[in-house]
Amino acid sequence: MADVPNDAPEHCPGTSSDQAGKSSACQGCPNQNICASGAAKAPDPAIEEIRQKLTSVKHKILVLSGKGGVGKSTFSAHLSHALASDDSKEIALLDVDICGPSIPKIMGLEGEQVHQSGSGWSPVYVEDNLAVMSIGFLLSSPDDAVIWRGPKKNGMIKQFLRDVDWGEVDYLIVDTPPGTSDEHLSIVQYLSGAGIDGAVIITTPQEVSLQDVRKEIRFCKKVKIPVIGVIENMSGFVCPKCKNTSQIFPPTTGGAQRMCEELNLPLLGRVPLDPRIGRSCDEGRSFLTEVPDSPAAVAYQNIFPNSKLSHYSKNSLC
Amino acid sequence: ISINGLAQVKHVVLVLSGKGGVGKSTITTELALALVHAGKKVGILDVDLCGPSIPRMLSVGKPEVHQCDAGWVPVYADPQQKLAIMSIGFLLEDSDEAVIWRGPKKTALIGQFVSDVAWGELDILLVDTPPGTSDEHLAVLENLRKHRVDGAVLVTTPQAVSTGDVRREITFCKKTAVKILGIVENMSGFVCPHCSECSNVFSKGGGEELAKLTGSVFLGSVPLDPLLTATLEEGRDFLQAFPESSTYTAISQIVNTVLSSLDA
Repeated sequence: MADVPNDAPEHCPGTSSDQAGKSSACQGCPNQNICASGAAKAPDPAIEEIRQKLTSVKHKILVLSGKGGVGKSTFSAHLSHALASDDSKEIALLDVDICGPSIPKIMGLEGEQVHQSGSGWSPVYVEDNLAVMSIGFLLSSPDDAVIWRGPKKNGMIKQFLRDVDWGEVDYLIVDTPPGTSDEHLSIVQYLSGAGIDGAVIITTPQEVSLQDVRKEIRFCKKVKIPVIGVIENMSGFVCPKCKNTSQIFPPTTGGAQRMCEELNLPLLGRVPLDPRIGRSCDEGRSFLTEVPDSPAAVAYQNIFPNSKLSHYSKNSLC
Repeated sequence: ISINGLAQVKHVVLVLSGKGGVGKSTITTELALALVHAGKKVGILDVDLCGPSIPRMLSVGKPEVHQCDAGWVPVYADPQQKLAIMSIGFLLEDSDEAVIWRGPKKTALIGQFVSDVAWGELDILLVDTPPGTSDEHLAVLENLRKHRVDGAVLVTTPQAVSTGDVRREITFCKKTAVKILGIVENMSGFVCPHCSECSNVFSKGGGEELAKLTGSVFLGSVPLDPLLTATLEEGRDFLQAFPESSTYTAISQIVNTVLSSLDA
């Protein structure tokens, strides 16, 4: 049964929820008895369908944070560009931020729409070997708001995984919204058959950010996703005029470095603030190619593997 | 017994964005402190259940939340009890504990936060929200339906990736009949403390353009200020510590505009 059936009432908790059939919203719903009996809670067949569909996808990497606005989408986009610079690799970028999809803009794909064919939805190709899917491609106007509760977001993510014709893919990068909620649980649940290689965690140096990121790391442990490592973004700003460094987001509690030491996680790199990053993202261009010698681009290149490498190992990204 | 926790709350203002990490909690905190300094009794309801930032910003680590006859007692940031706060941060035993809840459970707790907290007499209740247009936002509005929402302050940073999400939040406000009190452009330029050169780290002007595009009031710009970030990290009152700064002026202007639109 669909997670939120078409005939369900407005506050349907979802057929696989503990409250299925029992919540006050269930009164009067035609499916109430089925849900209450537990029959609807059988494992979602979509999990197996997705497992089969994604056998052509070699590696799946989540980009998580817990904190908003730290650079998850920026990182996901540029990781995808860096991986795709090797023509022999097929890269896919899936944006599961349903309410605030940033990937279309950052990838220069605003206004693109998704096509349906016999084998499912076709993703949008930025390069021959770089495919992208986002709810942004399903919205007809930049003002459209996706005002959906959890169960409906859950359904969309299931469709993204099951119905998109990804084809043969070396790396599927999944960009996520901040938090530890429906989108995150759905991604983990629906990929439970297909498997997730690991997660890259993005943070900025200050404690206000780290305190959310620690929760995300706990989430990963709880749902058994290996943490590949942590990236500290917005790590200092070099004034273009006097070249002095300012800590706009100060690491008052030791930044990502101390957190990684405490939690025994690899610190994959630190990326400084650079106004050209924001500009490139707004213009939909990769700053790795726009300003390859900027300190930020150099930092990214040190994080990203030699693009010729193809072997995935736990402590590096490829 | 149906307890209307908001019976003596004069005004309710949501702080929204759509985009994460633009400074909703920062702006909520600074607005609250400015209002308290202006002699108001203020409440902050933090409905970001996955990433509650308010407790740390106001230095109210892990107090216990007590029950009284009228419901849950909010936590006060000051001994004079001018600033009341409720956040899931106060309910977690371990501050690193992840709240891994789906929508319905979040909706239920938010309902309690709105209706079962004994807010008492407040001039303004500010509601800090997580990014998005989903369960938390719908839950807050549904539960506030019995009361009244004066409107929302929308926070953005200057760049298009941010204003792109905030446009969708504006649509949300229109669809849910929430009046937009105005738009704040946060992280609007950085003045180097060494040489005073201004860098537009996150681009420039997007907030003002968005206000023009959508016919909304532009409340003002707040610069990137490491002193502001540092005081928030330490849970100190920035407005008391740095009253001479241009950031202080910017925040005061925003508060004054918001207050006049509430009294209007």
